[in-house]
Amino acid sequence: MSALPQSAVSPPQRGGLLHRFANPGRFLRLARWLTPLLGWISAVALVAGIIWGLFFSPADWQQGDTVRIMYIHVPMAILASAGYFALAICGVLTLVWKHPLADLAAVEIGPVGATATALCLATGSLWGKPMWGAWWVWDARLTSMLVLFFLYLGHIALIRAFDDPQRGYRAAAILAIAGSVDLPIIKFSVNWWNTLHQPDSITLTGAPTMSMSMLAPLMVCMIGFSCGFGALVSARLTAAILESRARQMMTRRIAEREEAA
Amino acid sequence: MTHLPFIAASYGVTAVAVLVLTVQAVLRLRRARTRLAQLEALRKTSTR
Repeated sequence: MSALPQSAVSPPQRGGLLHRFANPGRFLRLARWLTPLLGWISAVALVAGIIWGLFFSPADWQQGDTVRIMYIHVPMAILASAGYFALAICGVLTLVWKHPLADLAAVEIGPVGATATALCLATGSLWGKPMWGAWWVWDARLTSMLVLFFLYLGHIALIRAFDDPQRGYRAAAILAIAGSVDLPIIKFSVNWWNTLHQPDSITLTGAPTMSMSMLAPLMVCMIGFSCGFGALVSARLTAAILESRARQMMTRRIAEREEAA
Repeated sequence: MTHLPFIAASYGVTAVAVLVLTVQAVLRLRRARTRLAQLEALRKTSTR
């Protein structure tokens, strides 16, 4: 990755943990090596995981080869929820500490998270048609995931809806925090209601209910998509900071010209 | 492979979405870097 322009990197500042990471210059120095690292890990893990999942993992005894959609669908579902959780954390940082990097992060996480949610819904639909005989059912898991997609769209629209960006950040932060109620509903929907969607095969507390020969490529794909998500958000956030610096420089230049005139 | 069109469509739509997001991020980053470098160069020439 090429060197950043000097104006993009401000000198390191002292301060508490939160404020240390509120410094965009510090983030840019971190992102300079973190973004390509995450990108390369993602590329390698995705190539390995997808080849493993498509050609070397066994077919399911009931679902046949259709189970291979899982290597995309499950990581996308987890990242969709994780992305929205990150939005809610950014919302808290915005409302409580007025964290400037959290504002920009919320703007950049939204579209990536919405894409993950859309892919989860699309691949779920493509998995559901041959297995359930329907592209869509108004099942609790599917419906709560669709609600998450609309929450993402609302967040993306709201954060860009005001002339004063600060108002947009605050409004979107409130939506992100309020919308996070949907996350436990998504997670526990398969336990709380009688759904067509199967229960979770992987839980934090219990042993996985799937064979290791399927779990291993799924974990590799999970690492690949997660690092890819991180790399994309990091690259978009870097671009957003640089664009913001360029806007500041332009404004200063115009002000100086007007003063001179 | 059973249900090949469904599997191919799943992987295809994901590949397209990931590619679009990646290309978009790379181009945006490159544009922002170039713009900032240009402005910095302008500032340096105007302060001389």
